[in-house]
Amino acid sequence: MNLTDSNRDLTARVEELSGENVYSCYQCGKCSAGCPFTEDMDLLPNQVIRKVQFGDESVLKTETPWICASCLSCEVDCPKGNDVPAIMEGIREISLRQNVDEVDLKQMDTRGLPEIALVSNLRKKTG
Amino acid sequence: MQELPYYPGCSLKDTANNFETSALKTAEELGFDLEELPRWNCCGTVYSLTDDNLMKQLGPIRNLVHAQSHGYDRLYTLCSMCDNTLKRANLLVKEDQDKLKKINAFMDQEPDYLGEVEVRHFLQLLRDEVGWERVRENVKNPLNDLNIAPYYGCMLTRPREVGLDDPHDPSVFDDLIEALGANPVDFAYDSECCGSYNTVDKAEVVLDKTETIINGARKAGADLMITSCPLCQFNLDSRQVDLIEVAPSHEPLPVLYFTQLTALAFGHPEACQFSENSVDPTTKVEPVKNPATER
Amino acid sequence: MPEKPDTEMVEIFIMGKKYEVPKGLTIMKAMEYSGYQYVRGVGCRGGFCGACATIYRVEGDYKLHTDLACQTTVQDGMYLTQLPFTPAGREKYDIKEINLDTNPLLDLYPELARCVSCNTCTKTCPQDLEVMDFVNEAIRGNIKKVAELSFDCIQCGLCAARCPAEIPHHHVGQLARRIYGRYQAPDSHHLENRVQEIENGKFDEELEELAGLSKGKLEERYENREIQE
Repeated sequence: MNLTDSNRDLTARVEELSGENVYSCYQCGKCSAGCPFTEDMDLLPNQVIRKVQFGDESVLKTETPWICASCLSCEVDCPKGNDVPAIMEGIREISLRQNVDEVDLKQMDTRGLPEIALVSNLRKKTG
Repeated sequence: MQELPYYPGCSLKDTANNFETSALKTAEELGFDLEELPRWNCCGTVYSLTDDNLMKQLGPIRNLVHAQSHGYDRLYTLCSMCDNTLKRANLLVKEDQDKLKKINAFMDQEPDYLGEVEVRHFLQLLRDEVGWERVRENVKNPLNDLNIAPYYGCMLTRPREVGLDDPHDPSVFDDLIEALGANPVDFAYDSECCGSYNTVDKAEVVLDKTETIINGARKAGADLMITSCPLCQFNLDSRQVDLIEVAPSHEPLPVLYFTQLTALAFGHPEACQFSENSVDPTTKVEPVKNPATER
Repeated sequence: MPEKPDTEMVEIFIMGKKYEVPKGLTIMKAMEYSGYQYVRGVGCRGGFCGACATIYRVEGDYKLHTDLACQTTVQDGMYLTQLPFTPAGREKYDIKEINLDTNPLLDLYPELARCVSCNTCTKTCPQDLEVMDFVNEAIRGNIKKVAELSFDCIQCGLCAARCPAEIPHHHVGQLARRIYGRYQAPDSHHLENRVQEIENGKFDEELEELAGLSKGKLEERYENREIQE
């Protein structure tokens, strides 16, 4: 994906989508400390925010926003009251809104999965 | 019988039907008739976090419009994810009149939502309206000192604006368990995410959590675990079957919906439909169903 | 064909090009009047087959409307186009091999779970069906309800064309009706009995007699047939 096509830099776009001020994060790391999925992630949540602060587009290629389960542990822990899950969603939405889905429905065996699993997964991982 | 407007959510009508049947019976025992909304749609969980996507708020808000149209000022939920989604969407439009206007304008076939319906979870009914004393009085099959791990999950308590309990130190399940005559087990993972929707495309992430949470509960002495969400239930109950395939030494722990526990304690095991639970809970609940049986 | 001298005409735009057509024509007739020859996108001409799906807008209105060309009369300032086919995904399945332990509608069409309940499908349906409701019933596994609510669907495909979640509503409805009919609807024992009677030759004599009649005698029989009020 090519952000420069739409003449917006990454930081501004994530802020716009999430409604959050990413610069208020002072990298205390509490979000990463409380996140239950860091073992599966390539970047820690606070590192992802750092990249967004620098406008580093490589954050769009990391696994972290897609492992995020929107559990909101980071949100209740953040001392600045930042909506960290919203920032993660902003990063996800950049790809999704460019018509690049994270999951391909027709490649998955979804039989027997409860409705709630399908609805929530497709909500977060398809555009 | 007092009629309470009730929003089931998709899963409770099908794969999580035992959650509904046990809840309806529990409510009945307490003098409530959970009346399903005549017309409702999928709440569209998980709540959309982007600032501009009003399309994803249509689902939850339309349900509130239906409740409003039937003259209800409250809507009761069982699934904690539906509860969270409805509550957050409700809060959004109450705080942002501009968004409410846009949503109402788009939904031109429906009456405008006025923002006056309150969404309440069944646990709030038990804790705040019924009270633990009355719950205790309705127990016909005491739970015989069962040790029960309360699994809160994420959506009951987070974010703080809509949570029904403290996210770091919740107690509503503990109080319920005590009221039913059992022992709540204190364990480290009672609010640790089960992996949620990753169960569809990253099941290995979930299996890690299944193992952590279940083993954590067992190590703390639990005989059973309770949940309030069909996704948590799937990840903690059904996924134990998958976990055993990759880790054959895993000792299964039964996981129930909290309403299966209440229905059981209120003397109605038939409403629990335990056969639909993946890890068979009957060895633990038989002594409760038949109090004369020795443990 | 020359019109009567004072036939009222209306101005319409077919795929962006302006035409003057007599007022009171259906869209389908108006297109043929204008010189278009239907090769696809036409069928029964009676509002039943769903072939002539049309999208149109009227001057001064921003909304896009959808309807069948054979059932809708032209309006002055109408901008229209046809949608003869919507390439909505139609899964291959063997109706004899449907597994009812899980929800077959969701198994074959997991995109159903993408529904955001925006109601676009219901607003689009030319048959005024409650499409959003049956999509939601499909997610819940209530096959009977989906079959009931989608019964009058004519498979025009307009819903699927406009759905932001790319759900193929008409295919889902059809699957539900097939499953309901085969696996869930009560058996029609009287139908089974009648078929047996036919196979046993109960009506052979009468049929042979009719087959042997001349055209004139047949017509006579037809004119004098018993009509139940």
